[in-house]
Amino acid sequence: MSKFDLHVNGQRHTVDLDPETPLVWVLRENLDLRGTKFGCGISECGSCTIMMDGQAIRSCVTTVAEAAEKKIVTVEGLADGEKLHPLQEAWEEEQVPQCGYCQPGQLMTAAALLEQKPRPTEAEIVAEMSDVLCRCGTYGRIRKAVDVAARKGGKR
Amino acid sequence: MKAIQNLSRRGFLKTSAGVAGALVLGFRLGDKAAMAASGGADLFNPNAWLEITPANKVTIHVPWTELGQGVTTAVPMLLADELAADWEAIDIKLAWNDPRFGNMGTGGSRSVRTSWDPVRQAGATARVMLENAAATEWKVDASSCKASGGSVVHAASGRSATFGELVGAAATQDAPADVALKTRAERTLIGKDLPRRDIRAKILGETEFGVDQRIEDMVYATLAVSPTFGGSLKSFDDTTALAVPGVLQVVETPSGVAVLATGTWAAIRGREALQINWDPGPHTDLDSAAISARLAAADIADGQAMRDDGDIDTALAEAATQVTASYEVPYISHSPLEPMNCTARITGDQVEVWAPIQSVTWGANVAAQAAGVEPQNVRLQPTYTGGGFGRRLMVDYVGQCVEIAKVSGKPVQLFWTREDSTKHGFYRPTSRHNMHAGLDTEGRITGWRHHLVAPSIGGQLNPQGMADGRDESAVNGAATIDYTFANLQVVYNMTNTAVPAGWLRSVYNTQNALANECFLDEIAQAAGQDPVALRLRHLPADGRLARTLRVAAKKWGWPAKAPAGRGYGVACHASFASYVTTMAEVEVEGRQVRVVRILTCVDCGPVVHPDGLRAQMEGAVCLALSALLREEITIAGGQVVESNFDDYPLLRLDEMPPVEVLTIDGEDPIGGIGEPGYPPVGPAVLNALFDATGQRVRKLPLAGNFEG
Repeated sequence: MSKFDLHVNGQRHTVDLDPETPLVWVLRENLDLRGTKFGCGISECGSCTIMMDGQAIRSCVTTVAEAAEKKIVTVEGLADGEKLHPLQEAWEEEQVPQCGYCQPGQLMTAAALLEQKPRPTEAEIVAEMSDVLCRCGTYGRIRKAVDVAARKGGKR
Repeated sequence: MKAIQNLSRRGFLKTSAGVAGALVLGFRLGDKAAMAASGGADLFNPNAWLEITPANKVTIHVPWTELGQGVTTAVPMLLADELAADWEAIDIKLAWNDPRFGNMGTGGSRSVRTSWDPVRQAGATARVMLENAAATEWKVDASSCKASGGSVVHAASGRSATFGELVGAAATQDAPADVALKTRAERTLIGKDLPRRDIRAKILGETEFGVDQRIEDMVYATLAVSPTFGGSLKSFDDTTALAVPGVLQVVETPSGVAVLATGTWAAIRGREALQINWDPGPHTDLDSAAISARLAAADIADGQAMRDDGDIDTALAEAATQVTASYEVPYISHSPLEPMNCTARITGDQVEVWAPIQSVTWGANVAAQAAGVEPQNVRLQPTYTGGGFGRRLMVDYVGQCVEIAKVSGKPVQLFWTREDSTKHGFYRPTSRHNMHAGLDTEGRITGWRHHLVAPSIGGQLNPQGMADGRDESAVNGAATIDYTFANLQVVYNMTNTAVPAGWLRSVYNTQNALANECFLDEIAQAAGQDPVALRLRHLPADGRLARTLRVAAKKWGWPAKAPAGRGYGVACHASFASYVTTMAEVEVEGRQVRVVRILTCVDCGPVVHPDGLRAQMEGAVCLALSALLREEITIAGGQVVESNFDDYPLLRLDEMPPVEVLTIDGEDPIGGIGEPGYPPVGPAVLNALFDATGQRVRKLPLAGNFEG
């Protein structure tokens, strides 16, 4: 067991854990940030995607040791208080989610994309968002919603 | 209490859909104790669906689980429209296994269509009681009091009262016997593209799925079960497992060996450290090749004639042209994104369960059995569910969790990893379809034989109940086709295996429609006819399926010649009381098949929530296309080979075509919408692939079977 400082959604937490513990479980069970979802554990599905220092990363294959001291944003930190992130607004406008289980990962992947490329091309949206699985078939709406958010100046 | 006497006299207002998991709307008898228990004598709770408090809080309890299909929007719309409630102010809750709802199960595309009459009736009845209450209070004629937007208004005097203010008076009103439902033109919510009620929480990450349940003193568990079908536990050593930091306890349960820990990760690590000696059981020789060979070897003489119109043998013998073809589909997995999980607590003889689930009542019964209590001692609260597609109709994980809670004596959350979820599913059965048709000299189909060879889901679950080899459900979409062939035979060889089989979105329609509709395309080719024209020639001209075909063809501009490297295909199929035609455009480069466009036309009668319908069609395309392109569960050594999304890859965003949805919105009998979109997708794409390449692919998936 070792102590780690985690900076999540603007708050600091100290946890005492096995350094190998995947971040997804730390977020969900130690910090009670249950919006981040486990889907596969091998970085294939993207349900657990969060932002770490502005990059989309998979919290199921990122250890707590690797995440220490980094700036982490989860779906709970996407909105600015009561004000939705432009992506969340677009998600609502396009009525994207069905079951919703993969959507935190979809939103965080899109958020990281817009951090790096505020006006992505269609090909860039497709390439980036193809990393995250959705079994319900919301792909067409995700594609459109990312574009809508980008056009409105999607970076927070 | 007047209302109670009245209800007793008339009995229950009770509507049953006449199918498994039927919706039963029971008016609550409303004894004082129950009223008090549910929040005081003033609570207006005229039926299981609806609750209005004096503080004007209107709650609708939905007995169907939210799997993403939008049922927590569409079903409340039915009630709120007739109630004339304030839509924005309504609170929507997922009902627990409340016996007033009868057998609760979400499947068969039943939720909205079986709610259509009774739920509108429930809303309308409550509205009239509120209007009558206002009339009594104001001493005016009831017909002059009208409910609208959550209040009752008396226009002449300008008086108005919220539903909440009328609760006390409404509870003493007679429930009216016959209430007229709104006409189409009078509806204010039904048919409107209202925003879904569950979206805000889902984009904030606030929705509580099964895995998000947290109860006091809860521990986290994983369960080791036999990797082979029919295997059993011989012995285990938990020394190393117990040494894993966070592991609290290891217990043997009737289902396997459970590891309980302070967190999910520790429970996973602890399970990895278990030393288990399994008896592999009797099926270690079972593999995919053996199953496929068995399907191919099935003798039609051993099958059951599930439908036999006219004289098929003579029709085929006398046909001017005969066409034959065989199709085969593999086992496939539901693979919803939320892995199987369940949370349970046993307190004395009371059991509480929280689960992402489709079969609520069945789950409660299984929980009762596992705990050794009566079903009425179980309270099962369905959670929001991260996809179902039929997998969560099976409730194995509920029983397993309650067993662990019982043996360990702890409140527990059982978590299946992705590997568990892939390897221990109930798979859409594999099947083989031997098709044989005869045509007369004018190219009319005079004889049609569909010989289905497949495991039976019902027969495997209940071998005694289907000992005669007749599974009507297996020939859904084969024996129930809309085509009018004078000589029509459907023969079924029940070919059960040790591989667990379950219901996947549209069930046997997934494969029966594929065989029908690909075979019709082959017949059209053999007879030199247009595929749409051939279908229309054999469908009742005034029928609903033919109408969807005509509407889709017109929108598509059919017949049309696809550009080089591309192809167009069509398929139509009726299932779950809805009628669907799908057209597909594919682009082929070598082995690479890209579906570039889907058009679908749906007739489900009245459309309750148009955008919800579109979403269901998009979902059906996604699931069907994923299966068609590459999904396959293979068996070796009596167990499932695939384990995660690396070896069981699902459709990704870059492969999803745009889906255009047309509807025939009318007042024909209402049909389901969750499943009917699936069956025509696969055959439309395969027919388009033929149009593009001249090649027939008769074995799925395309990966490994389409050479380009």
